[in-house]
Amino acid sequence: MTKKFNEKAWHEYELGFMVSQPGCATEYRTGDWRSQRPQTNKDKCIKCGVCYLVCPEGAIVLAADGTYDFDLEHCKGCGICATECWTGCISMVEEGE
Amino acid sequence: MAKRVGIEVSLAISEAVKLANVDAIAAYPITPQTHIVEHLSELVADGELDAAFIPVESEHSAMSVCAGTSAAGARTYTATSSQGLALMNEILFIIPALRLPVVMTIANRALSGPISIWNDHSDIMSVRDTGWIAIFAENGQEAFDLTLMSFKIAEDHRVLLPISVNLDGFTLSHVIEPHEFLDQAEVDKFLPEYKPVVQLNPDAPVSMGTVGIPEIFSEAKKCQDEVLKGSEAVIKEVFAEFGEMFGRDYKVVETYRAEGAETLLMTMGSVSETAMEAIDQMCDKDNRKVGLIRLRLWRPFPAEALRAAMGGIKTLAVIDRAVSFGGTAGPVAGEVRSALYSTDQAPYVASFIAGLGGRDITIDDFIAVVDQAEKMAAEKEIHQYKMIGVRE
Repeated sequence: MTKKFNEKAWHEYELGFMVSQPGCATEYRTGDWRSQRPQTNKDKCIKCGVCYLVCPEGAIVLAADGTYDFDLEHCKGCGICATECWTGCISMVEEGE
Repeated sequence: MAKRVGIEVSLAISEAVKLANVDAIAAYPITPQTHIVEHLSELVADGELDAAFIPVESEHSAMSVCAGTSAAGARTYTATSSQGLALMNEILFIIPALRLPVVMTIANRALSGPISIWNDHSDIMSVRDTGWIAIFAENGQEAFDLTLMSFKIAEDHRVLLPISVNLDGFTLSHVIEPHEFLDQAEVDKFLPEYKPVVQLNPDAPVSMGTVGIPEIFSEAKKCQDEVLKGSEAVIKEVFAEFGEMFGRDYKVVETYRAEGAETLLMTMGSVSETAMEAIDQMCDKDNRKVGLIRLRLWRPFPAEALRAAMGGIKTLAVIDRAVSFGGTAGPVAGEVRSALYSTDQAPYVASFIAGLGGRDITIDDFIAVVDQAEKMAAEKEIHQYKMIGVRE
């Protein structure tokens, strides 16, 4: 099994710690940085996609019904989606609550 | 075959860079490095050297351009001095981290202030921990030879690190000396074309210089350190190969009349030649058991070679040409003390600072240093460092 990026020994990385595989940042689970997580009241969602556009991490994913879900493995909990949401259907709740 | 040419050392370095057939040069002129890049720009303008000469608005840009051209797979050269090196500082750290084999000449000059255009080693000492290989030349021939060897060392796939070739500003850079030049065919045989392992290329894209999160940063630094330490073996190999091909031998630590010596003087750079005169006087006229040890390789620090050169000496007098303000020793002496501390029969290491900002170190100064060091050793004087030749 190939080692994850954070399991390799110092001599197992690429020359100069460069990145030769596109999209490899997805391996890094930034979700554990979060202290608050977004939550949607889907009754108020108008499927406008503003949250999808403003998320700096690409951690908002289109659901089958046209609303949006959160990729909580990568969502850092910045709250931009909640601030920008037109209808106020996204709110931030404390992790652990 | 090699021909002997009387030429200014700066121009000889430019000719070595031309013989190395570099692809890219990015530099900003600064005294006393100016003649090197001036001559290179002439060589490029006259069509004698097929390279991109990229004039830039600062040394920060010069080193940034070097990062780019080297990453694109070009054999890359630059030169600077003092304040220019200081302005490069930010990028200096990045070049070895990205494993880019840039070669840079540093015409060593004091850092301001007061403003000084004259020679000492405060510039290179201020970038000691940037991760570059640092080599010192004592005369023009060495500067010429080491420039050629540097490309071979830097570009070796076991190394892939940048190198600074240090020579004393004015004292070396501006003097006319006889140099044994090499033919292009000889150089081509010694120094093959640079073959990068990876390069910036749209057909096979890579990202260089990405973020290093805490989970990998220590591994990145460990890797850099191991490669730098490992480069010493390659440096020795290249020195040996050069010696075999061209008959001029180089070592990471050089000694002069050190056999049977009880006291060694230690120097780096062009003062070594004056120091040799002082040693000759002390040995031949006064029958003293004194020798000289010269550090050619500053980074990676050749600790093992240094220990091996100590023999049974009692006193080591280290001359530094820079101050580590408020420190425990001059920059070189501190390394030396540290390298010898845990060894059996470590000599008494006296640390002297001299030759700052163009102040000459004379034969008499060297003799006085040896006298003082021997006295301090006999009295087991506890000291950190002493600045000599200062009016009290």
